[in-house]
Amino acid sequence: MFNKSFILLRVKLQGSTNFIGAHRSLPHRYQNHTQLCRLIHTTKHNTIQMALRSLANAKTLARVCHQHIRGLQTFTLPDLDYDYGALEPAISGEIMQLHHQKHHQTYITNYNKALEQLDDAIAKGDASTAVKLQSAIKFNGGGHVNHSIFWKNLAPVREGGGEPPHGSLGWAIDQHFGSMEKLTAKMNAEGAAVQGSGWVWLAVDKELKRLVVETTANQDPLVTKGASLVPLVGIDVWEHAYYLQYKNVRPDYLKNIWKVINWKYASKVYEKECP
Amino acid sequence: MDMDLSFGLGNGPMVLVRPNYKKKHDLLKSTRITSTLIRIKPQSQRCIIVTTRTSKPHLGLVLEFYSIVFLFEVCLVDMSWSCSNYLCLSTSNTGSVISYNELTRLNSCKFACVSEGQRWKRQDLNRASNILAYSSLKPPSFKIDIGQRRKDHPLKKPRNISAYYSLKPPSYKFDALEPYMSQRTLEVHWGEHHRGYVETLNKYLAKDDILYGYTLDELIRVTYNNGNPLPEFNVAAQVWNHDFFWESMQPGGGNLPILGLLQQIEKDFGSFSNFREEFIESALTLFGSGWVWLVLKRNEKRLAIATTTNAVTPLVWDDIPLLSLDMWEHAYYLDYKNDKAWYANVFMDHLVSWNAALARMARAQAFVNLGEPKIPVA
Repeated sequence: MFNKSFILLRVKLQGSTNFIGAHRSLPHRYQNHTQLCRLIHTTKHNTIQMALRSLANAKTLARVCHQHIRGLQTFTLPDLDYDYGALEPAISGEIMQLHHQKHHQTYITNYNKALEQLDDAIAKGDASTAVKLQSAIKFNGGGHVNHSIFWKNLAPVREGGGEPPHGSLGWAIDQHFGSMEKLTAKMNAEGAAVQGSGWVWLAVDKELKRLVVETTANQDPLVTKGASLVPLVGIDVWEHAYYLQYKNVRPDYLKNIWKVINWKYASKVYEKECP
Repeated sequence: MDMDLSFGLGNGPMVLVRPNYKKKHDLLKSTRITSTLIRIKPQSQRCIIVTTRTSKPHLGLVLEFYSIVFLFEVCLVDMSWSCSNYLCLSTSNTGSVISYNELTRLNSCKFACVSEGQRWKRQDLNRASNILAYSSLKPPSFKIDIGQRRKDHPLKKPRNISAYYSLKPPSYKFDALEPYMSQRTLEVHWGEHHRGYVETLNKYLAKDDILYGYTLDELIRVTYNNGNPLPEFNVAAQVWNHDFFWESMQPGGGNLPILGLLQQIEKDFGSFSNFREEFIESALTLFGSGWVWLVLKRNEKRLAIATTTNAVTPLVWDDIPLLSLDMWEHAYYLDYKNDKAWYANVFMDHLVSWNAALARMARAQAFVNLGEPKIPVA
């Protein structure tokens, strides 16, 4: 068992600083290892390369041990079921890569950090810190939850993306909204009307057994709009989700994203909630 | 009695003019401008206001060869600290007609003109429903004739005045901020986002004249409605915010503030580097879309850093902003992708205009007493 103290190495890379440390709140071992390898390859300073290499081997063991001791689960970036470029031309590969590797990863990192701090605060009985961290947890945790759902909501066209749902979900959509076109029109209108950043959702109210269209602000998870809401399809209308390709024309993005929505997943979730 | 409209601080006053109802509106129809906005150039002798004993003040434009044309009747001058650059005016019968092309050339500003199609149709009847939402708003700060505005009867309102706001370009060329803010970003940010906000605002204001008569600052405060914003708030506030943002940047910006502003920052934050760190920290911990401001707090009589979400501005709290940084993703995504820290640092190092902040601070001192003046003892 290793008893490593915190090792923080501050690396200056092309003008920006990155922290690499043997910190127990770092994401998954494999992920971190690949990150470090990437870092080692890109860094230009030889001595730092050597330091990083030694760090990569030593700290991963330490971190896993720490994790098991504390019982705190850390979150890792889920993989996509498709390539970054598989959703073209509806969403460009550049956007998908940035969205997944940078934005979602940042949410996860910050969420782990916030959970760590919350854990400490609870252990110490520090109520004010615990409450102060709630907004960070809601934002970053919500970001992780929402984006995890989002990746499953998308599928390339050749794997069934954009194909309208058959079965009970299709029938429910026709019943509640009239037709698929009306549903997409409604969601597009609500998505375009979101001020600033947010999400637009198609959800099922599992108690009332009804489909609803909701919007949430920033990264608020859908349950903030109703504890019994289960998200089926969520569309990210933060600007980072479409800006590089569609610039400020959010309605175009909303129109095109329907071509890659994975209704199979939505149907599965719906059938689980409303058998 | 002439008033020279040159103000040394880079902004002209806002003047709001109403149409002259006592006379026939032939000119309105022939020029097809009912109300529009002009920026009064600073330190220019192009505009003068003339008042005589018998008539209301008129705004005249000095053309080539020193001929003066009196076109517009002035009914409001906004001398508030923020002095946005919009002049709202309308034609009257007292002068010759200038086509709006010439006016644009004179004032280098885009006009949004009323087209015939936007006249009232049966829209009056729809207005009755939202009268209640708007009737409790604080009325505009200038008095208007009874004949012009008959209150509370939706069908009797005069039908062909509406307020318009124009899109003001930044005072530098689009590629002047390269490589820190690319030309493409400015083209999209100003040309599409900011222009979209202005056009949406004009569309809202064209529907109804219940919001007529407010200066942009007042419009923002009034539509904020103490935390329960009306739909016009977002667009109006974003128009103002973006104007403020373009003015908060300059080519060759960055470095340190000078003179009194530096002293005030050091007094309120400890040191300039403390302030810079706090500013960047606030920019990075902002959740979602918003703005980061350096404000002068009126009640506490000190500088502070404020963050706001979406379109909110410190104006609604009656504070005086001196600088702003747009943390909406559209402001930096094309150049910096998701790297907010890089963007915030570049803003502080290379883009921020301390001259503009100093000018605003100087004007703000007329409204906030920051301390005892140093009176030398003889």
